[in-house]
Order: sequence, then C-alpha cells, then structure tokens
Amino acid sequence: MSEAIRYEHVDICYGEKQVITDCSFSVQEGEILGIVGESGSGKSTLIKAAMGLLGNTGVVTRGDIWYKGKDLPDLTPRELRRLCGSELAMIFQMAGSSFCPIRTVSDQLFEFVKEHKKTTRSEVEEAAADLFEKFGFQDPKRILKSYPFELSGGMQQRVGIAAAMLLKPRILLADEPTSALDVTTQKQVVEEMLMVRETFGTTILLVTHNIGVVRAMSDKMLVLQNGASMEYGMTKEVLAEPQSSYTRKLLSAVPVLRR
Amino acid sequence: MNYALKRILQLIPILIGITFLSFAMMRLAGSDVVQELYSNRGTEVAQEVIDAKRAELGLDQPFLTQYVNWFVNMLHGDMGNSYVSGSPVFTTFINKLPATLILTVMSIILTVVISIPLGILSAVRHDRFTDLLLRFCSFIGNAMPNFFVGMLLMQLLSIKLNLLPVIATGVNFRSALMPALTLAISMSAKYMRQVRATVLEELNKPYVQGAKARGVTDRVILWKNVMKSSLLTIVTLLALSIGSLLGGTAIIESIFMWDGVGKLAVDSIEMRDYPIILAYVMWMAIIYVIVNLITDLLYHQLDPRIRLGVTKG
Amino acid sequence: MNHTALSSDFNTGKAPTVRAKKIHKNTLKTRLIVFGVLAAALVILAFFSEYLCPYDPYVQDLSMAKAAPSLAHPFGTDRYGRDMLSRVIVGSRTSIYSTLLLVGFITVFGSFIGIICAWTGRWLDALLMRISDLFLAFPGLVFALAVAAVLGGGVQNAIIALAAISWPKYARVARSQTLAQKESVYLRAARLSGCSTAKLILKHILPNIFGPILVTAMLDIGTMMMELAGLSFLGLGASPPVAEWGSMMSDTRNLLTTHPWVTLAPGFAIFVSVMIFNLFGDTVRDWLDPGNGR
Repeated sequence: MSEAIRYEHVDICYGEKQVITDCSFSVQEGEILGIVGESGSGKSTLIKAAMGLLGNTGVVTRGDIWYKGKDLPDLTPRELRRLCGSELAMIFQMAGSSFCPIRTVSDQLFEFVKEHKKTTRSEVEEAAADLFEKFGFQDPKRILKSYPFELSGGMQQRVGIAAAMLLKPRILLADEPTSALDVTTQKQVVEEMLMVRETFGTTILLVTHNIGVVRAMSDKMLVLQNGASMEYGMTKEVLAEPQSSYTRKLLSAVPVLRR
Repeated sequence: MNYALKRILQLIPILIGITFLSFAMMRLAGSDVVQELYSNRGTEVAQEVIDAKRAELGLDQPFLTQYVNWFVNMLHGDMGNSYVSGSPVFTTFINKLPATLILTVMSIILTVVISIPLGILSAVRHDRFTDLLLRFCSFIGNAMPNFFVGMLLMQLLSIKLNLLPVIATGVNFRSALMPALTLAISMSAKYMRQVRATVLEELNKPYVQGAKARGVTDRVILWKNVMKSSLLTIVTLLALSIGSLLGGTAIIESIFMWDGVGKLAVDSIEMRDYPIILAYVMWMAIIYVIVNLITDLLYHQLDPRIRLGVTKG
Repeated sequence: MNHTALSSDFNTGKAPTVRAKKIHKNTLKTRLIVFGVLAAALVILAFFSEYLCPYDPYVQDLSMAKAAPSLAHPFGTDRYGRDMLSRVIVGSRTSIYSTLLLVGFITVFGSFIGIICAWTGRWLDALLMRISDLFLAFPGLVFALAVAAVLGGGVQNAIIALAAISWPKYARVARSQTLAQKESVYLRAARLSGCSTAKLILKHILPNIFGPILVTAMLDIGTMMMELAGLSFLGLGASPPVAEWGSMMSDTRNLLTTHPWVTLAPGFAIFVSVMIFNLFGDTVRDWLDPGNGR
C-alpha cells in the first residue's frame, strides 16, 4: 500500500485567528480516516484546506499537505481546481445545497465532467445513470432530470456521493455526510461510502462528530480539540484504550452504537 | 397564457379604483378649476362666464355623476378635452409618448451596459483595488441628484466639448443622448451597488463551494450558476425602473426641454388640467400592472422552484 | 500519546513551509468616528450657518453681479451680486434641517403604522398594506408634485408631500421586523408571564426592531435630501428669496452656460452633504447589521 495523502504540521488561520495547530496525519491508499471532535474543533477546516476551500481569509499558514509529491497549499488556484473533482472529491453535510438550486442535476454533472475531460452530454448521463444503478437507485433517469430540491434529503446525500465518484477520484473527503440525516438514512449513506471504498479502492477522509459512524467505517482516527490533535491511531486501539483524557470524555459522552 | 389573461383582468378594478381616487382627490383639492384657469390667463372675468364654463365642463354636476360620465365616455374611447388647450386628451397624451419611450429605452440600455458588468466585476474582485475603485465611483454617483448630474454633463459635453446640443432639438437620437446618459449615470450608480451585493450574496452560497469542490472553474460558476440566480433580483429591479421611467422623469425632461409625459404631468398638475392628469394616472396604472406581469412571467421562466410550485426553503 | 507507531514519522527534519496570513483590517470603528463627526459637524454648522457667512446672503450688490470666483467670493456671485458662498452656507440650514425633520417624521409615523399592522393583523393590516403598495407603485415624484400642487409651494408642504410618499418603506420594515419578533419564543414567554400589550411593544418589540429601522432611516437621509432638492428644483419646495440648494440651482439655471459656478455651487453642496450622510449611514449599517452588503 502506498500513501495517498499526508498532512505535516499543518496550521490554519482565518485572518488573525488560528483554528488548526500542528496537525499531522497520513492516510494510505484505500484507507478510511475518521476525524472527530466537537463542533468548532476545526475538523471541517482541516479537510477543506486540502481542496483550497478556506474562503477569502483562510490560509494554511504553516505546514504541508502532500498529495502525489505535490504540496497542495502551494499549488496555484488553477492547478488545485484541476485536481478537485477528478482526483480529490468532496461531499458536504447538505449535499443538496452543494448544487445550484435552479439547474438540473444532469446540467450540473455535465458541467462538472466537462471541466475535466472532453465529453458529450449523453456520455455523462450514461455514466451517471450506470453509477446510480450500481448504488441501487431506482429510476436514475428521473434523478438526472430533477432539480436538487425535488429530491429528499437522504436522496440528495446519496446522489451527492455518487456524483462525487463520477470521475473515480482517488480521495474522497466527506464533511459530516451523515449529520443532517435521520438514523435509517444515515445507515444507507454509511453503507454507500463503504461500497465506494470496496468498488473503487478510494481513500476516504471522514469528518464527523458521530463516534458510531467512525467506529463503523474508519481504519484510523484523529481526535481534534480546539484545532489541536489530541489523539491519532488505529480506530480499534483508540476506541479500546483512549490515551488522552479528552478522547475518554468524548467517548463517554456518546451512546454506544453497534456495527 | 391563462395566467396572463387573469392578470390583465385584474387591471380593471385597479383602474376603476385609482381613477376614482384621483377624481376624488382633485375635487378635494379645494381650489376651483375654472377660477384657476382664468387667473392663469391673467384675465378678470364675470361670475356668469365662470358659471357657464363650469356648466360646459360638466363641473356643476354632483361628483358621482361627473365620475360616471367620465368613465362611460372613456369606455367609448373619449377621454375628454384638455381644460387648458381644448385639444383631445388622448391625442395630446399619445403625442408625448414617443419621447418618453425613446428616453426609457436608451437610458435602460445604457444602465444595463454600464452597471451589470461593473457590478459583477466589483463582486468578483471583492475588496481588491478594482472593487474599491468601482465602489468609490458608485458612491459618488449615488450622492449626486440627477439634475446636478445633468447640469455637469451639459457643462462638459455641450459647453466645453461642444459634442451634443444643450437642449433638445426635437425627438431624435442626438438630443436624447444627454438626458439618457444623465439618467443612466444616476441609475447605474445605484444598480452597481445592488448587482454587486446580489452577486456577492450568491457567491457565498454553499452551491458555489460545491461547484468549486467539483473542480468547476470560477468563470463557469459565475456565468452559468451565479448569474442565472442573480438575474432574478436584477430583473425585478430593472422592471421597477422601467416602470418609473415610463412614467416620465419630470426633472430631467424639464432641464433638457425634452417633451415627454413627465413634463406633461407636471404642467397639467400645475394648471389643474384634470382630464390629462386622469389620463396620466391611467397610464401609470397600466404600466404598473404590465410591469408586474412581465416580472412574474420572467420569474416563472427563470426559477424552477416557482414554476414547480415549491416554496423556498 | 501511546499510538506512537503512527505519529512519529512526521518529523522529516525539513522545516514545514510557512505562509503569510490574510488579514483584513477592521476599520469600522475609525469610520464610525470619522463619519459620525463629519455628519455631526454638518448638522451643527448648518444650525449656526447665519453666523458663519462672510457676507449677508440676502444683500444685493448689482455692481458685483455675476462675478467669477475669486478670493473675496470663492464661489462667485449671482446675478444680484449676492455672495454664493454665503448663500450656500445659509442654504444648508433649510436643506439639512428639512431633510432631518422629514426623515424623523416618516421614521416615527411609518414604524408606528408598521407595528400596528403587525400587531393587530387581519383586515387593518391588509388594508394598510394595500395602501402602502399603492404608494410604492406610484412614481413618487409625480405624487409629491400633486400633493405640493394641491397644498401650494413652500418648504413645509414639500416635506408633507415627500412624507406622504415615503412612509410605506418604514411601515414595511417595521411590520416585517415586528412579525418576526412576535413569533419569537421570548415574546411568547413574556406574554404568558402577564405583560400588557403596551409594555410588550414598548419594552420588548421596540428595542429589538430599533436597529433595522435606524439603518433604513440613516441610509434614507441622503436620498430624501436629494428628493427635497428635486422638488424645490421644480419650484414646489422653498421659494425665492429663501436660500435652499435645490431652488438656488433652479433659479440660476439659465446662467449655467455663461456663469456655471453660480448654478453648480449649490449642487456641490448637495453632493458633499449627501455623501457625508451616505457614508455615515453605510457605516451605521455595517455596525448594526454586519454581513449585509459585504
């Protein structure tokens, strides 16, 4: 197994305010890393940094994010944007709102694929329909023709994941993908992500505050508090023998979910 | 189409209501039309002459009768004669329309051409030098009353540079340019701010981040997604402006001696020329309904959420 | 940390890259002070304008008529030889105080209507809102003209005319804000604990809707000043010889081609005052309602 992505001593600031301090981790190909912490601990910021989505004021002020020998924060916005979607993909807490509400799913998928390779609309629609079928969606054609707001919350999330996988990216960054969903849909989404890993061998960075989801999915985990790494290790070890008192507190605060 | 028809039918009660109100307001105004009429001519006249004139204009009848008479005549296509000039109201009014239409079309085109690209540029270059410069310009434009802008333009374009006529030489393109430019400068200053704010708001929406994460370039995000959404707001604003421009711009028309409906309305109000005021009021009501109708139809076209009957959420 | 097998290999010996922060200076406080002082200065100067004029603004001196700007008369003189600078200074009083009076009046009146609409609801709300629709739809200036024509010229009547067309905006803001507050949990709690209606409105609603209304009013001062000048320009506001910027420009219109300073000086005065009030209004907006217009 080779290394997929590696954070080294990363600091991130929004303006004057430092939100991430000295975070390091490394994820192998096909591995799933769970990043947990309470809200405001900087977990989303950590993965957004890889895709250059820190907004107008956010900067990786120190450290490196290595992907394929490239230091992501040092790429030009254009170079980075080319990687986004094709090699690094992201799914959001509310996948529905990551699509423009007044254009159809198909329109936006075509627009997205067209940025990365020469293609035709029918090719994209066919590929998307195939993928949707693989994920067990009924009536993929209808989904493509829909506007995002016409799909249910759970559907939006699952379509968001499928759409992110359209170009078979090597790394999937998932920002709280289950937090806005009810328990049954959460389960579907977790299964879908596991299937993504199985089918495509995709590396997944999963940000969540749900320890149950981390237990069910991840190989490694990183615990964040106030932007600093509290604990980092194999999920089983960390959950079985938490070393930091913060992790212990976090674990005792959540009800235990079984896989 | 059914929808459009329904909206046009709504025009009827609005027209009745608004003309009735104007009628009532003019009666309440206090000063006597006929007396005003003669005193404007500067002649002393006997009471009998006034009474005769009053009977001739039908002003001696009860208020309701007057209104019903006017309304019935109007339905027959007769809007009466001007108290002042004696010529038919309809033709007087129609004669002034081309000037107002030309001015409206030209100033709206200029405004769109100036303000939309600059507003977008300002939003895209948020807080950088271009943005600051453009905001500064729009701030200056926003602080100048349009008659002041008009006078500065006159001073610069016709007196210093001798490019355009100082006052209108008739209803033609060259004469319309300066009043149109004046209106466009004042409106653009306002629109640039609004376009910028709208586009900025759209750019901060989560779908923009989503598109970025999918590797869509800024250019495509801006033109295909953000602009389509911003267009809704911009269209509404433009429609409102077109509506008020079609009502004439009394001040600009009077500075540039531009013979449009705004000036006609102001003059008629000063002269208490009620039939013309009523025609003007009806014109405004019609514009109001039509502009609203067109905005609604465009919304239907542009926003699938409205078209499919989903409330925003 | 005990899971060392994973965390030890990040010290590669090479120092991590360091990058500059993006810091936007927050100038809000400075702006608030600077523009606040400027606006206050303008209002105070306008109050003492009579004592600030270098010449008597109403004294005619035909030997000095239409003099070009000079050291003695920085803005030149008009066709009666009156010093333009003095007239512009004196005009500030009419222009600025009429505007403030107007804005103050419509703010109070409009908000009052808006709160009543939101509080009582039903037919009164529907009726008052349709009326305000009507006012919003009609071209303001024409309506103001009609009112001014009915009432006759004069500054007070111009204020009344503009007030008649401008209150609906405030009613709208106050209504929507009050409705939002009315739904809030704290208000329901206050009502359940036995607060009287008057107390609810005065103690709970008003303080909470004050901000947005104040912002609307502050941003409106400049616009209203220009509208008032426009009305005077058409001859329906202040009438000569009273010095008011709009009517001064209209009076001297025919001098524009030959003696532009006479016409343009009051125009610049309007421009500068509107600019100051707009800058202050914008800053107050940023202060009370951050995020908007950024």
